[in-house]
Amino acid sequence: MDTSRRLISALALTAVLATSGCAVNELNRGDSSGPLAGTLDGAGSSAQSAAQEVWIASAQNANGRLTVNYEPSGSGAGRESFLAGGLDFAGSDSALTAEEAEAGLSACVPGSGAINLPLYISPLAIIVNIEGVDELNLDAATIALIFRGEITAWDDPRIQEMNPDAALPSAPITAVHRSDASGTTKNFTDYLAQAAPDEWAAESGDAFPYGGESAQGNSGVVNAVANGRNTIGYADASRAGDLTIVSLKVGDEFVAYTPEAAARVVEASPLEDGRADDDLAINLDRTIDAAGTYPLVLVSYIIACRDYPNDADAELVRGYLEWVASPEAQELSAEFAGSAPLSPGLADRVLAAIEGIR
Amino acid sequence: MTATLPPRAAADPQGAGPARVNSYTSGKLPRWAAPALTVACLMGAIAVVALLAAAGAIGEFSLVLAVILGTVSAIALITTISLIAEGRRAATNRFMIALVITAFVVALLPLVSVLSTVLVNGAPRFDLQFFTWSMRSVIGEGGGALHAIVGTLQITAWATLISVPIGLFAAIYLVEYGRGPLARAITFFVDVMTGIPSIVAGLFAYALFALIFGEGVRLGFAGSVALSVLMIPVVVRSSEEMLKLVPNELREAAYALGVPKWLTVVKVVLPTAAAGIITGITLAIARVIGETAPLLIVAGFTSSMNYNAFSERMQSLPVFVYTQYANPGTDVDVYLERAWAGALTLIIIVMALNLIARLITRLFQPKAGR
Amino acid sequence: MTAPTEAPRPAAVDTVERRGDKTFSRLAVGAGTAILIALAAVAIFLVAQSLPAIVAPAGSFRGTEGDFWQYVAPLAFGTVWAAALALIMAVPIAVGIALFISHYAPRKLAQPLGYIIDLLAAVPSVVYGLWGITVLAPATVPLYEWLAENAGWFPLFAGPASGTGRTVLTVAIVLAVMVLPIITALTREVFVQTPTLNQEAAYALGATWWEMVRMAVFPYARSGIISASMLGLGRALGETMAVAMVLSPSAIISFAVIQSENPSTIAANIALNFPESAGIQVNALIATGLVLFVITLIVNSLARYIVNRHERSLESR
Repeated sequence: MDTSRRLISALALTAVLATSGCAVNELNRGDSSGPLAGTLDGAGSSAQSAAQEVWIASAQNANGRLTVNYEPSGSGAGRESFLAGGLDFAGSDSALTAEEAEAGLSACVPGSGAINLPLYISPLAIIVNIEGVDELNLDAATIALIFRGEITAWDDPRIQEMNPDAALPSAPITAVHRSDASGTTKNFTDYLAQAAPDEWAAESGDAFPYGGESAQGNSGVVNAVANGRNTIGYADASRAGDLTIVSLKVGDEFVAYTPEAAARVVEASPLEDGRADDDLAINLDRTIDAAGTYPLVLVSYIIACRDYPNDADAELVRGYLEWVASPEAQELSAEFAGSAPLSPGLADRVLAAIEGIR
Repeated sequence: MTATLPPRAAADPQGAGPARVNSYTSGKLPRWAAPALTVACLMGAIAVVALLAAAGAIGEFSLVLAVILGTVSAIALITTISLIAEGRRAATNRFMIALVITAFVVALLPLVSVLSTVLVNGAPRFDLQFFTWSMRSVIGEGGGALHAIVGTLQITAWATLISVPIGLFAAIYLVEYGRGPLARAITFFVDVMTGIPSIVAGLFAYALFALIFGEGVRLGFAGSVALSVLMIPVVVRSSEEMLKLVPNELREAAYALGVPKWLTVVKVVLPTAAAGIITGITLAIARVIGETAPLLIVAGFTSSMNYNAFSERMQSLPVFVYTQYANPGTDVDVYLERAWAGALTLIIIVMALNLIARLITRLFQPKAGR
Repeated sequence: MTAPTEAPRPAAVDTVERRGDKTFSRLAVGAGTAILIALAAVAIFLVAQSLPAIVAPAGSFRGTEGDFWQYVAPLAFGTVWAAALALIMAVPIAVGIALFISHYAPRKLAQPLGYIIDLLAAVPSVVYGLWGITVLAPATVPLYEWLAENAGWFPLFAGPASGTGRTVLTVAIVLAVMVLPIITALTREVFVQTPTLNQEAAYALGATWWEMVRMAVFPYARSGIISASMLGLGRALGETMAVAMVLSPSAIISFAVIQSENPSTIAANIALNFPESAGIQVNALIATGLVLFVITLIVNSLARYIVNRHERSLESR
């Protein structure tokens, strides 16, 4: 009975609020003396979505007159929309190419171009669900063969060799990949293509190049792995939950996933050649074999104009992105979205680029 | 029907006759036979499956298997017994009745499963905050879906306002006026329209509004237009079927009294078909109110309240549910609970609409109907 | 037997012309024309956006080296296959339920029952997707394993069975559950409207319940059942989110229904790939939408053809 009474009162209140008032939490919209006032529209990468939520919420609390909308409509859709001039900024799991960035963008002052800002580093995890196995070591070559369907049983000698202590069942492997095109797949296949070029012939790409079991989105893959038996999949590390995360072979040792280890590979990787100094597209080097680097990581960018036609817009974007790049905001997204904070060196470069937004 | 009937086969429509002994019930199974047999078969099947499981023949005990086995054997047994005791026609009748009842029970299974899943998962966050808060500036726990509820109600209301008049008038045209190529074209293309994938409807609405308002346009109303494209064919198709079923005698009687055609339609035809038409419209609303893809494209995504469908982004419940499910933060359960509570809310909204529609039908329906 | 769905004779129309009549008929014609215009606009949009993809050279599409037609073929197959499986399951059950509610259950029970089935239509597709992956798919795994082991010789049930249950059969079940209320609700309304006199006459002649249904209900309801099934088919062909969430797709053409690799559907493929698409890829996705449009067109023409032939044979009887 309690539920039904709650239901009725909730419905009544909703009706009242829906017709007359405003949401309770919007009656007092944070500090109205904050320097930023206006509305910013962004869209793109759904990987960034949870982090954007946190960054937006904290920015809006500090600036009561600021509203930022971020649509998790996908990197491709976000880039398209930004290029067509429909957005103030875009989120994308892959950087705009140098040509795209320097082409005449209708959102920006003609000839000024756009910049890629690596603001969201998200480690990916290879997750497995095998009864009685809570630790597993694999190298890139074995992972590639598993996902290509060449290694089909968990007690394959190539897996046992790396895991002498694990009780691996003689059960078939169900390898789950993403059924939708995604930045996660692109980074996963890029890792395999770089670290196991002999086993993984396909180039890196948004779509998974081989057959097999698949599921939609991080949520779908995690769900399929968790609900299935003897399954393996890859997903955003923050989503791994209770599932076993595979330690990857780097150099001669197996590295377990930590955010710090993931940030290290981004720090150590070079920027892409042939770009302007403030255009920070990272060329991830996943073959680095320094101790304690975790090479399976996704870098997601925020793409903004170098020069906005409207100065007020420029000020808003600059203000918001400065907050996003700040250590406090990066800590927040690490806590609530499971990202790896930018290393100080990279953060400085990003901040310098943001300063240049006019 | 020209076949001569064997005297004992004068069956009762319910498949079971009164218990009095007379010439009509002799040679018939007693009323309790079918239910008793069904229960016996189910119990028997459970016992058999349990025994098999104990003997290790089929792995672990499975209730599903037992129920399937029981149902099939019950239908077979009832039909066979009836065939021996009552003859072929009665046996066919019992077999078909058994199938119809089974169909009903089979359909209830997923319904119960879906609803209980939504109820159980949606209850934890089905609280006051959920209905009084938006998601603006909410980090992690808490937050609500008021912005999405308002958005869904407005977007769907506009879609209904566009679709129902067009759809209903088109159906009236097809049934009351339609002759020749225009009517044929409409009938045909309405069917084709049901095949537009929802996301394409969204892209179409975006392209349309981008022509007028420029790139990057996001409007709640544009979402309504996209939904209308999906909704109109359902309204036309269902209304048309219902109007067709209105007996011609009613129309002719009205014309004979000198009532103009349009008044005949409004006062005689529509009220007679009202129940069916309103069922159709409710179905059409239910069909579109849960659409995610087109709304994400044209109505956009926002965490803040927006009461104006004609400016800026507008959140809707399906988009809310989908994004909460698809892009959660570290504390996944908090997001999933919001998603399920949103789904529960959406179902309750449609239920409420359904109820209201039924009440309205009562008002319109002529007292001595069929 | 005369066709039950005969429209009023035009003779009754022309006798009195009044202003109200004129306005009303113009409104009706206007509504019909508006639908055609809207559809034409959608068609123009589809064709204009599709052309670049249709003429694009081989290799510019995701997941295939071939040209557009090779890209779309498995999708088109999967769409029809999944919808057909769903309809094969849904239509008999829906007709059964509708009969149960309209002609078998006691009147007091019938209305709430109808209402409960209508509830299924109220469940949004995202929820069906969530239900499909959390409840249905895991539950089907043992069944599929059993089928692969014991009925694997039958091409449909060829193994190896999927380890997660996200197969085209699971999707078809979800789709069947989704279209069930649509078909049921309309069929029920049509059944209720069939003339009672004929039914009573059938009983009076000593017909059993089933014979009454066959002779006095079905003939009147045939066009309604087919219309309802067509609406259900439209939904099944175009369903996006639930399929995208539940299915484990591959770019293959295969009739096996319990394996890990299943043909994808057009609508689901659009939803899965649209977010990460740009340029020609977006055109390709819209072009697949156009193909779905054409598939619906063909399926509907076929259905109309069958109905018409059937009705003619009924009339000539």
